[in-house]
Amino acid sequence: MAIPALVFFIAFGVVPLVGVLALSFARWDGIGAIHPAGFDSWHAVLTDPGLPHALWVTFEVMFFSWAVQTPASILIGVFLSGHQRYREFLAVLYFVPLLLSSAALAVTYKALLDPNFGLGPGLHFGLLTRDWLGSGGLAMGVIIFVVSWQFIPFHALIYQGGVRQIPASMYEAASLDGAGRVRQFFSITLPQLKYTVITSSTLMVVGSLTFFDLIYVLTAGGPGDSTRVLALDMYQQGFQANLMGPASAIAVIIVLVGLVLALVLRRLGGRGVESQLEGA
Amino acid sequence: MATTLTTGSDQVTGRGPRASRKGKAKGSERPNWLGALIAWVWLAIVIIPIYWIVVTSFKLQANYFGSNPLKPPTSLDWTNYKLVLDNDFVQYFVNSVLVTAGTLIPAVLISFMAAYAIVRGEGVFLRGTNSLFLMGLAIPLQATIIPVYLIIIRLHLYDTLLAMILPSIAFAIPLSVLVLSNFIRDVPKELFESMRVDGATEWGMLWRLAFPLTRPALVTVAIYNGLQVWNGFLLPLIMTTSPSKRTLPLAIWTFQGQYGVNVPAIAASVCLTTLPILALYIVGRRQLLSGLTAGFSK
Repeated sequence: MAIPALVFFIAFGVVPLVGVLALSFARWDGIGAIHPAGFDSWHAVLTDPGLPHALWVTFEVMFFSWAVQTPASILIGVFLSGHQRYREFLAVLYFVPLLLSSAALAVTYKALLDPNFGLGPGLHFGLLTRDWLGSGGLAMGVIIFVVSWQFIPFHALIYQGGVRQIPASMYEAASLDGAGRVRQFFSITLPQLKYTVITSSTLMVVGSLTFFDLIYVLTAGGPGDSTRVLALDMYQQGFQANLMGPASAIAVIIVLVGLVLALVLRRLGGRGVESQLEGA
Repeated sequence: MATTLTTGSDQVTGRGPRASRKGKAKGSERPNWLGALIAWVWLAIVIIPIYWIVVTSFKLQANYFGSNPLKPPTSLDWTNYKLVLDNDFVQYFVNSVLVTAGTLIPAVLISFMAAYAIVRGEGVFLRGTNSLFLMGLAIPLQATIIPVYLIIIRLHLYDTLLAMILPSIAFAIPLSVLVLSNFIRDVPKELFESMRVDGATEWGMLWRLAFPLTRPALVTVAIYNGLQVWNGFLLPLIMTTSPSKRTLPLAIWTFQGQYGVNVPAIAASVCLTTLPILALYIVGRRQLLSGLTAGFSK
């Protein structure tokens, strides 16, 4: 009974994984015949100054999106796990960003931030009227903002679930000992959320490796190459420059980075997403 | 730590197995000023762009410039929507529906069968299968897009809807099997035993016992994967070339390329493509939210 799923997964999951490694030692323009090329692609990729830069940008996106999303998601998650009357109403609106596709979001923000026709000039609000996507630093900021805007609700939902599993008796005991709310948050809530933080961080970090559509539509890696992450680099080398060999080498690097990060996070937490999900 | 998997429904609704243990979450007697402040600020950040895009979609390009961008339009003008619909958006919508349904139905069914086998079966083969799927969770599968593209070309499926459907099914399997197997594990063993005594086959138990009992999980998995596929951009971008095969996310992007400065028209295209999902959200919000977290809240 497991055969159909296995066949599918091997055909379009495992085979391509092996295939991407094989193709990184080949020369292929995406159309014609495939020729063995030894280490040519690897040599080209590893000596290209663009690679360390793309790696750096990838980690920048990963780190900043994590650093912005995690505290905000925890705070909102904790807040939503309370019982305020209007919480229900807030929750309804909070999760709308999750429903939009990254492409739609990128298109929306591109129009919204337009230095001539966007929200800023329309309101004559100088602070918002900048060429947001015209400079590297600002464009990076916009990407982090849009990513956070899109995914904070998702992680807030995860943290809300985590907070609800903390036994109320712990808080009652702390209250009796005279611990205030802030103290309770740092002494009970945060330590109890440890595994939730690891699950959520793993999803953020591995997920950030696949931020392709948002960045592609929003900045296409620009201005210059200041927001060109690895996934974008792979796409441009492979499907725009028809260099499938080097593109495959970059893909192998992405897979390795993802695996290493997942393992590191697992080490940190003593268990990974899988065992988290298995309910171990 | 509890060993059962949370479905998510009890986080959103506050009902379910843990509701009894929940008790008072953080100090419900005193208002949480800081939390509330952050929550309301965040709400503004969420709402303003959404509000802006809706308002803008009803403005005419001619009076869009120079008007206050946050002022609601005096009358609802459907011109932009007509323009978008005249640009084959119906076709793209149908494509999106076909690709999403074509992915979901097989993906959920085969994942369910595999999950059932993994939970109920024994042996090295099934354990290996399970480990393989778990490995799939840690790997960003988008990175394997180049060989997938090669396979699709070799199968002569390039520029067909199937070129998007087949890889999507495979990408959906790891998480689906994981979530579903956690649920099937919760079905009491006695039920299987009593059915076996009545002479039911494994196949019969799969469909008549496990399937109805894990229905919430099946819906959860379907929603999570459905959103992924519906909003997917990379596969349509790489696997198709002709406009007649476009799905909505790709169509928005090409539309923006064509109508660069016509912001209201672009706004209308975004609204129109988000509308179906929004309608579903309004109808089945709780189910959708529990589907989104797909059992991540352990």
